[in-house]
Formats: sequence, C-alpha cells, structure tokens
Amino acid sequence: MTLGYTVFYLSVLVLIPITACFLKASTLSFHEFWGAVWTERARAAYYLTFGAAFIAALVNLVLGLLLAWVLVRYSFPGKKIVDSLVDLPLALPTAVGGLVYASLYVQKGWLGQYLVPLGIRGAYTRLGIVLVLVFVGLPFVVRTVQPILEDLDPESEEAAASLGSTRWQAFRNVILPTLYPALITGFALAFARGIGEYGSVVFVSGNMPYKTEIAPILIVARLEEFAYGEATAIAVVLLVISFIMLVLINRLERWSMRHEY
Amino acid sequence: MKSPSRLPLFVLALGLIIAIFLSTSTAQQEVTLLNVSYDPTRELWRDMNSHFIPLYEKQKGVRLTINQSHGGSSTQARAVIDGLEADVTTLASFLDTDAISKKGLIKGGWVDRLPNRSRPYLSTVVFVVRKGNPKGIKDWPDLVNKPDVSIVTANPKTSGNGYVSFFAAWGSVIVRGGSRQDAVNYVTKLYQRVPVLDSGARGATTTFVQKGIGDVHLAWENEAHLEVAEAKGELELINPPISILAEPQVAVVDANVDRVPGHREAAEAYLKYTYTDEAQEIFAKHFYRPSNEIILKKHSDVFPAATKLFPITAIAKDWVDAHQQLIGDGGVFDSIYKPKGR
Repeated sequence: MTLGYTVFYLSVLVLIPITACFLKASTLSFHEFWGAVWTERARAAYYLTFGAAFIAALVNLVLGLLLAWVLVRYSFPGKKIVDSLVDLPLALPTAVGGLVYASLYVQKGWLGQYLVPLGIRGAYTRLGIVLVLVFVGLPFVVRTVQPILEDLDPESEEAAASLGSTRWQAFRNVILPTLYPALITGFALAFARGIGEYGSVVFVSGNMPYKTEIAPILIVARLEEFAYGEATAIAVVLLVISFIMLVLINRLERWSMRHEY
Repeated sequence: MKSPSRLPLFVLALGLIIAIFLSTSTAQQEVTLLNVSYDPTRELWRDMNSHFIPLYEKQKGVRLTINQSHGGSSTQARAVIDGLEADVTTLASFLDTDAISKKGLIKGGWVDRLPNRSRPYLSTVVFVVRKGNPKGIKDWPDLVNKPDVSIVTANPKTSGNGYVSFFAAWGSVIVRGGSRQDAVNYVTKLYQRVPVLDSGARGATTTFVQKGIGDVHLAWENEAHLEVAEAKGELELINPPISILAEPQVAVVDANVDRVPGHREAAEAYLKYTYTDEAQEIFAKHFYRPSNEIILKKHSDVFPAATKLFPITAIAKDWVDAHQQLIGDGGVFDSIYKPKGR
C-alpha cells in the first residue's frame, strides 16, 4: 500500500515529466539530436553549468559545516534568527537573489565599488555565478549536517581528549567520519540545485556565449525559436549527466557509511 | 432590546438581494474574453478595455469582461500553443503569432483579416542615453565609432526585444547601401561593446537604469518613453535617423473563440475597435505609434517624422527568414561570439 502511494507520487511528480522529456527529444533524428546538444557553444555551457555547480557545492560543504557547527555548539544572542535565516534562500524567489547579487557587485554597487578596483568582479563573471549558487545551495549542507551534529554525544569527544588527542585530532578522527554521509548528501543536494538553477544565474551571469552562458539559457534560446525538440534534447543531456553524477555521489555516500569507524 | 423597526429593513434587504438575483439571471449575455499579450502592454490594454467594454455593452447588450495575460511574447505564444485559452493574441512579433497559426489554432491568412496587415499600432527601436548625451550618440555608426561606448541590449537569442534591436542595427547598414559583410562587421563590433546580454527586456532595463551600466540602451520606443519619464531627468531619448518598423500584430484565436457562443463576435469587435480613432489615440497616449497616419501626424512631437522606419522586408523575406538567417542556430549572431582561431 505505502509502496503503491510512493510509486504513484513518484510517477506523477517525477517519472512522467521526465519520460515526456525523453519522448519529445526522441522526435529528433540522431543527427539532429547530436547537432543540437554537442556544439562547441553547448559544450562550453555544460562545462560552466557543472563546473560552477560543483565549485559552489564544495564551498557550501565547508561553509555549511562551519555554520552547522556554530549553530549546534555555540549559543549566542540572535541564534534563533540566524538559524531561520539559513532557510531564506529556499523561500526567496531566486531571481531576486540574482538581481541583488548583481546590484551589489557591479562597479557602482555597495561591494563592487571596493572590490572591482581590486580586480574582483562578482557580477557578470563566472565568479558571480558561483556566488549565487553558493547562496541558493547554502541551506542544504547546513540542514543535513545539523541534526547529526545535534545527536552527536559530546562524550566521544571527551573520551578522545582524555586519551590525549588534540581538539583537531578529535574533530578529524571522531566527529568528521560520522558526518561523512550527511555531508555527502548535503553536497549532492547543493550540487543538484546548482545545476538546475536558472532564475538567479541569468541576472548575475551576463549570459555571454562561451564565457558566462549556462546550459539552461540555451534551452530558453531554442524555445524562443519554437524548436521544442532541440530544447528538450539539451534538457535530456543535462538530466542524464546529473543522474549519473547523483548515482555516483550516492555510491560514495553508501561507501562512506560502510567504512564508518 | 430588540427594535421592531428592524423588520422592514430586513424585508427590504431581502427584496434587494432577490432583485439582484433576478436581474442577473434574466440579464444580458455575459462574455469573458482573454487577451494574451506581452509584457509592457499591461496599462495599454487596461486603458483600451475600460473604453471598449461600456461601448460594447451599449451596442450589443453584452456584458463583457476582458482578462489580460502578460509575459515574454514568445513564452505567451507557447502558452497559447500548449492550451491557454486565448480569445485574442496581441503579441510583439509576427514570429509569435505565426507560431500559433502554424499549430492550427489561428487560421492561415490571418494577417489579412484585419486592416493594415493586422497591425493596429506599430513601434520601433530607439536609443536611451545618459543625461546630456555625454558620448554624443546620435546615429547607429556612433555606437561603434565613438570611443568607449558601452551598449545595453537584451540577448537576441532569448528576447524578442533583443532580436528586433539586432535587426534594427543590421538594417541601419543594409538599408543605407552597405553590403552583407559591412553589416556583419558592424554588428560584430556593436555586440563586442555589449558587456551584459540580459535574457529579457526587463533585465536589460534594470541593468541600464538601476545598475548604471552602459552609455546607451537600445529599447522599444514605448518602453524608452516610460524609462526616460521615470528617470526624472537622468536619461534622454534619442531618435536615430533610421530604425526598424516593429510590427506587433493582433489576431483572433479561431480554435478558442468558436468553442463558446458569443466569443467570436466579441473578439472580432474588440480587435476592430482598436482601429477606431478613439483607440488609436489610446495607443499614442501609451507611446505606441498609431497605424492611422492622420493620428500619427497629430503626435509628431512624440513620433518625429524625420525617423525613417524600414520594414523587415528591406533586410529579409519576412520576420521568419530574418530570424533564421541572423539569430537562429548557426546564424550571424552565433558567429559573433565564436572564439577566434577555431
């Protein structure tokens, strides 16, 4: 019964739309498909989309762990507010995030007026894309790691300390290994979010072909020509690559759970 | 304490409610139309509807409601193709209406069903510059010849506004007798001076106005007027001597209006109304060029006659051909950004 519901929801929400995607793309001949998805420009866009999402997810891995650590282990005034702020990127329409980031980092922006003279351009560059992806992906690592940290018994750290380990050794050898699965899940979620992100990126990237043009922009460009088949073909490529990467990350997660010590 | 005087009041109220029910049930026919349009026309059609609705009720005794839907023009076209029940479309470009027609929702030959090739109003692309026009931009060649000019325009690949601006730039060379190669060189130089290719017209306006990027913004005339008005003296509008004739067209969506009685008649009357003098004045008020020459001339202070507007046929067979050659996959626009030496 529960399995039935699960399969039903999964089909309606995920499988049917994805199947429709594949069917639409299959209206193209192989030659047309290849011509649509494997141009030099498209390759540059895939490289950017996956690269930026990967780097942003890595940054989130570190920042998210740090933030979760602070939220669990320290108490300070306004902690509740900071805790709720973490989820804000999920609630905010991402286009708003993109617009705000772009306005901050342009030459005349609040931050841009100091950063641009130093050569740091956070708007209309690849750096800008990574920045907004860090923003939209932030909640994922924090929210996956936080509950595990909360459940973690401080006694194991005390035990490590009493056995003569330094704080770093205790963190490195006792705490971190128990966090691996949660960290990897958080990383995967942030990464997947980054691949699919459109709203914020179009406002901050500048959309220059070969330089700051992400793959979803190519999809919109093909739709503009009413070339539905070609547009979905690019979507299918993104889906397949994302799926392979997520399967690999899942494997890694299971592997890390088995090697817990 | 209960006042006995409340009873008659209650009866009166009841009577009123019943009267309202009766009057609505025996009342005239009601028709609700959906006008699917593009982004900046929200105020225009609201204004138009508020004039047409009472007129139609007086003439035909039909109580009309007109709903409006706005969004990117081609996104709107796709929505209609995918089943949004538009009675009329008032989209920005022939390409969008044509795409709906190709799916069989609008009968072939729609262009000639309404006067002036289904164009109640026209528009064009103009320049918006910073106060005092510090870079001295007056004409298309200035965009690439004056030093350090940075240009803001939307991505022609993802924005209707973007490709019309591209056609305007391209035509400014071709119509003045330049060769195809001259035009390729011109647009290449021009787009190398575009620091940001926003995906839509709104984004480009934000980039230019709010973020202060660029010296000149290529904008549709009506949007340029609003942009300049809102900037309170910080921006100026420049009419280049030559630009493109943008042709937003209107059409009745045949597949949808015949489903419910009364819709076709109302939809056709609605679009015909847009050609009346009253409606033409409304277009002018919102900075769209009336297609009625006499009314256009009345507003020559807003729409200077000196600007020569070339039709799309001056640079290609039609809009579809122009888009394929210049913007479509492997077209001229793609070649601009191709990294050198590959």
